[in-house]
Amino acid sequence: MLTFTFRRLLLAIPTLVLISLIIFLLLDLAPGDPLADQPLSIPPEVRQKMRDALGLDSPAYVRYLLWAKQFFWVEPLVFVDWVAGTSFSEGMQRIVSWQFRAPVFDIIIQRLPQTLWVVGLAYLVGVMIALPIGIISAYKQYSWFDQIGTFISMIGFSVPPFFSGVLMIVFFAIMLPWFPSIYDTTLVVNDFESFGQQIRQMTLPVMVLALQTTAQLSRFMRASMLDNLNHDYVRTARAKGMTEKVVLLVHVLRNSMIPVVTVIALGIPSIFGGAIITEQIFKVNGLGQLLITAIYANDLPMVQTLAFIFAVLIVLCNLIADVLYGLLDPRIRYD
Amino acid sequence: MTDAPMLEPVKPDTSGRSQWWDVWDQFKTHKGALFGAAVFLFIVLAVTIGPLLWTIEPTFIDIRARNSGPSLAHPFGTDQLGRDIMARMMAGGQVSIAVGLTAMLISVLLGTLIGVVSGFFKRLDGVLMGLTDLFLALPLLPLLLVMVMLFRETLSRSFGPEMGTFILIVSAIGVTSWMQTARIVRGEVLALKEREFVLAARSIGTPSRRMILRHILPNVLSPIMVSATLGIATAIITESALSFLGLGFPPDFPTWGRLLFDAIDYLQQYPERVFWPGLAISLTVLSVNYIGDGLRDALDPRIRGR
Repeated sequence: MLTFTFRRLLLAIPTLVLISLIIFLLLDLAPGDPLADQPLSIPPEVRQKMRDALGLDSPAYVRYLLWAKQFFWVEPLVFVDWVAGTSFSEGMQRIVSWQFRAPVFDIIIQRLPQTLWVVGLAYLVGVMIALPIGIISAYKQYSWFDQIGTFISMIGFSVPPFFSGVLMIVFFAIMLPWFPSIYDTTLVVNDFESFGQQIRQMTLPVMVLALQTTAQLSRFMRASMLDNLNHDYVRTARAKGMTEKVVLLVHVLRNSMIPVVTVIALGIPSIFGGAIITEQIFKVNGLGQLLITAIYANDLPMVQTLAFIFAVLIVLCNLIADVLYGLLDPRIRYD
Repeated sequence: MTDAPMLEPVKPDTSGRSQWWDVWDQFKTHKGALFGAAVFLFIVLAVTIGPLLWTIEPTFIDIRARNSGPSLAHPFGTDQLGRDIMARMMAGGQVSIAVGLTAMLISVLLGTLIGVVSGFFKRLDGVLMGLTDLFLALPLLPLLLVMVMLFRETLSRSFGPEMGTFILIVSAIGVTSWMQTARIVRGEVLALKEREFVLAARSIGTPSRRMILRHILPNVLSPIMVSATLGIATAIITESALSFLGLGFPPDFPTWGRLLFDAIDYLQQYPERVFWPGLAISLTVLSVNYIGDGLRDALDPRIRGR
């Protein structure tokens, strides 16, 4: 298992390098000029100096290698410095956002808590709702509960987040003014009242995201349970006189969780991607919103870094899913 | 089933029925799928024939009747410029469904090509599946946004703003959504290659090209059809998402996603304007998903006839 993990990790490196190259080459075609928003009164020779300072005129491979060095070497060093208080990275040039004139990673660190709170919580809520629904739907196949579950998850599949989000705003923020429609990032949680406010403003985006997760996972859980319910070991367990609760929640559930756990792992990066739209609707200034504004503002270092971070998440979660599958299911051995 | 003549079953059928009748019989028993097909047909008819009956131009500006509620003259009301929302919904539906169908065609063609080639020719398998895995690891929505951002100007200049955006969005969605189809098709082809009829065909010296066209393709048609159906749904959602983020079609060339995006500004005063395009998108996608569900059951011979 360890050799498999190690081999997969090694294989992930060329994949990631290739992905970063693809993203870089695509962005390299961008027609925008990062100095376009500078005043026209800047003399041409100063402008040229600014271009040189940003390294805009150097050939593409130089810029790519510079970015790669900054991403894989300088930024980790900065992180080490920040944690351990050392000064390895002193004097090294970090990836600087054209839009904020500040290191890209500093801004990402600022935005990360919002995304993690909203998206992470939504994913957790979605999983917590989806698993029981899937289990009951499978156990009582074709009952009214199952039919309703199927219908609701079909709706969750079909209603895109930009519609469900807007509907939620119409119902729960305009018609019934229960929840705020805009996520207030400046809110400081220091007492019960502000905590309640934080919960209230997180409710709507979490609901929108959780609906999507629930729809997919509950279907998957149901299918996986149904697969296992007809196996011989279930009949054996019942014949031994075990209660239905034990049969279902110990024997069947443990076996059906194997594929579901890997699907949960695989879903983590896609939730980050889907959060772009949800963050836009509720004005949560997280990573997705950061990416959108960077794309609009032609902030190439920011777009490049964020897109690559999403790619790393995808590759990493795929790896985790594969390893988990091997760990949980003793029938599957990669070595 | 327009493809029926090409797909006459290999073994002679004594009853004179093609297999597609069996598929239809099974499809009919799936109530949700039948209902979905009816709804989808209704939506397609409404957006294609509708403008012939409802003759108000979607771009006609009647500034005096702006922001009016539902009435006989304007059943869905009018927008902030006095344009009839029902006419705009029909025009938007045409574009949305056209985008969905075309993008699905591109993605299915690409996926089938890559899947069949990588399943059939062992030498190319490693490279093509590596490519598929690479595409699956790309962050697609950000890349789509970047692609639209980068090439919109160029294509608009050479094909005009509407056609340019259409080509761009359709090909961008197609190029980023073929991977699932390719994987499914490859798996099916790999299994088919071990079957006796393929061996028999090879032993009489059938060249690879005819082998693929005559023996492989008809047999992998069912998973392709299912993923094509589901592909329409994803393409419509993706296009609407792009339009919603303001990176889709220009405002005078509405799609459902664009109408939804424009209506957000008036969310507090006229919440019903958001409702219609959103409902149209959701209904279309829901019906297409149900059709896909039914097709999957109907095309699976193990389930059929049970």
